[in-house]
Amino acid sequence: MRSAILIFPGSNCDRDMMVAVERITGRRPALVWHKESQLDPVDIVIIPGGFSFGDYLRCGALAARAPAMEAVVDHASRGGAVLGVCNGFQILLETGLLPGTLVRNSGLKFVCRETRLAVQETIETPLLSNLATGTELVIPVAHNEGNYFADVALLDSLEQGGQVALRYVQNDPARAANPNGSARDIAGILSANGRVMGMMPHPERAMGNGHASEDGREFLTSVLEGVAR
Amino acid sequence: MQVKINISLKTGVLDPQGRAVESALSGLGFTDASDVRIGKQIMLDIDAEDSARAEQRAARMCESLLANTVIEDYSIEVIDPS
Repeated sequence: MRSAILIFPGSNCDRDMMVAVERITGRRPALVWHKESQLDPVDIVIIPGGFSFGDYLRCGALAARAPAMEAVVDHASRGGAVLGVCNGFQILLETGLLPGTLVRNSGLKFVCRETRLAVQETIETPLLSNLATGTELVIPVAHNEGNYFADVALLDSLEQGGQVALRYVQNDPARAANPNGSARDIAGILSANGRVMGMMPHPERAMGNGHASEDGREFLTSVLEGVAR
Repeated sequence: MQVKINISLKTGVLDPQGRAVESALSGLGFTDASDVRIGKQIMLDIDAEDSARAEQRAARMCESLLANTVIEDYSIEVIDPS
């Protein structure tokens, strides 16, 4: 299982993701600085959370044009697997590897809390291979721009095409299931070929060992085992 | 050549910032303000022989980086130095 984690100025979940992946696979991911224009062959590229380039212009806009992202687009065009978490999701949307965009949370506040996710019925994808449709996972979010936005035609086509991977469902009865106003409660989506996934929740922050939940480990294990096959 | 680019949210895209500002305005007694939308303005110099060329380059910049055309519209104004 070979993996790479990209690092941009302002990434801040790269180390947590590295530790999570290493715990699961026993192999440390390659850390790739954004100025690198080539990637060694890997089973998956992970784009971690953070505030790349200070969120200047738009979240992920500048990172999406970095040399390392050209290498990621190459990797994806050859059918390589990619996972983007939080700011990584924003970057994948800005790159065009995933459709739609993420806008400001509808409540105008940074949201940092646990969310409950339900795995959706999707097209065939290695990224959710061990997780049955309907599996629920408690994984935290921490973001200011996590409100997934697309026009109705695109939302319909994502749903019909099995590209909605994760949705927010009720967790704490005192709070809305959807933390940010995201269209159709979307928390994560897949590319049309099922090889690229973006999600707002942080599985690397739900690894047990003092974290409130261990479901992120289950999720990442599924991703990493799926792409290693 | 100095160029002014205006980037605004497309109609139909929710602008929670605009909405919050509108309610603050209303709290100050400006109840006559409505439909507040917040955008951004980018000023830049473009090395170009004429304004048509400058506008064309600015449009390319908007399409490739400055605007997210999923949710944003842009308009370009070339400020003629003469």
